[in-house]
Amino acid sequence: MAGPTINALEQFSLTPGLGGLGKAIDFSNSNEAMLAAAAIITLIFGAGLKARALVPGRAQALVELLYEFVRNMCVDTIGEEGLRFFPLVFTIFAFILIGNLIGLFPYFFAFTSHIAVTLALALFVFLFSTGVGFYTHGFKFFTFFVPSGVPGWLLPLLVPIEIISYLSRPVSLSVRLFANMTAGHVMWEVFAGFMLLLTASFGIFGAFASVVPLGLNVALAALELLVAGLQAYVFAILTCLYLHDAVHMH
Amino acid sequence: MRGLTTAVLLGILPSAALAEGTMPQMDFSNPLTLDQVGWMAVIMVGLYLVLSRWGLPQIGKVIENRADVIAKDLAAARAAKIEADTAVAQLNAALVAARAAAQGEVARAVAEAKAKATADAAALNAQLDARLAAAETQIEAARASALAAIKPVAAEAAGAILLKLTGSLPGEDVLAPNLDAALLARSGG
Repeated sequence: MAGPTINALEQFSLTPGLGGLGKAIDFSNSNEAMLAAAAIITLIFGAGLKARALVPGRAQALVELLYEFVRNMCVDTIGEEGLRFFPLVFTIFAFILIGNLIGLFPYFFAFTSHIAVTLALALFVFLFSTGVGFYTHGFKFFTFFVPSGVPGWLLPLLVPIEIISYLSRPVSLSVRLFANMTAGHVMWEVFAGFMLLLTASFGIFGAFASVVPLGLNVALAALELLVAGLQAYVFAILTCLYLHDAVHMH
Repeated sequence: MRGLTTAVLLGILPSAALAEGTMPQMDFSNPLTLDQVGWMAVIMVGLYLVLSRWGLPQIGKVIENRADVIAKDLAAARAAKIEADTAVAQLNAALVAARAAAQGEVARAVAEAKAKATADAAALNAQLDARLAAAETQIEAARASALAAIKPVAAEAAGAILLKLTGSLPGEDVLAPNLDAALLARSGG
């Protein structure tokens, strides 16, 4: 096949960031994006807290919207006890949301497309909620794996299933986010590379035909925007659900 | 033709692109793959501290403050409404009372005026009746005196006529009864 070669996966490769300093301390371009996400969240809060008006302006309304959205999610899912975990859930949600969103921009690294990152987040959520479960209920938390209202002879079958489904939580949680973000970015790159291929292969006709993959990428941009928000929401609400299980045991 | 090529390219391209390199996400020989997690932990702890110590409580305070202000305003509005309602009720009661008082006053004035008019009319009637009665007695007296005065004149005139006709004066005993009868017939007729 003639024309430029396209590596749709190259965009995910990690390189040292911050110039020479990053090389010395293994600070990658992915960490740069994380730092940018944290800085953007802090800046949004700074902007939202500037006026502290009774009738909020745009920035303040945005921050209040985020605040009340996550707070309601915590309270509705976990219950009143959920307010203890609200700052944590908010941090995770905002970090993933802004990470997903800035990953959509050219030259920005989508750190949520790395399984190491999402698995670390998911493992943290898993270990934290399990810890909350044992902290709240002590060893009684083990009864979480015994479904109530089930005949005794079924328990040897059901308890392992419950345990396996519990242990698979971090896997599904991390793979969902990782796969969604990776697939979106790969598709984008593929369609964009396709435009180069068309132009290289068919000259002027190919250039005109490139309108089709371009249109697809425009549509994909809208889809990816949706996915970015949705996956952050899914991660946060599943975090809340796991915390609910830990606090209420059912 | 081009459509077919497009379809073929679309089918080949993703697999070709993916086959070209291994996924950087799975490249654990690159130390950055795992080290990014360590830095993420540092960054997230920092973000958590910033949000939980500063950002979220501040926003919470702003929202709480707004709720307080709204609640206070609502309470004030409710109090003002109750006040206004009582004022309106008082006004209505005062209006009703004033109307009743005014109607009583009007009725009293009308009754008074009626009574006065009736009394006046009665007094006037009595006065008029008295005057009428006086006039009637006066007329009766005048009539009686006139009748009384007419008798000698008539007797004189009758005597003079009879003297002229017969040449003799009739006796008083003949003349007087006839004269009385004639006068009675005239005045009674």
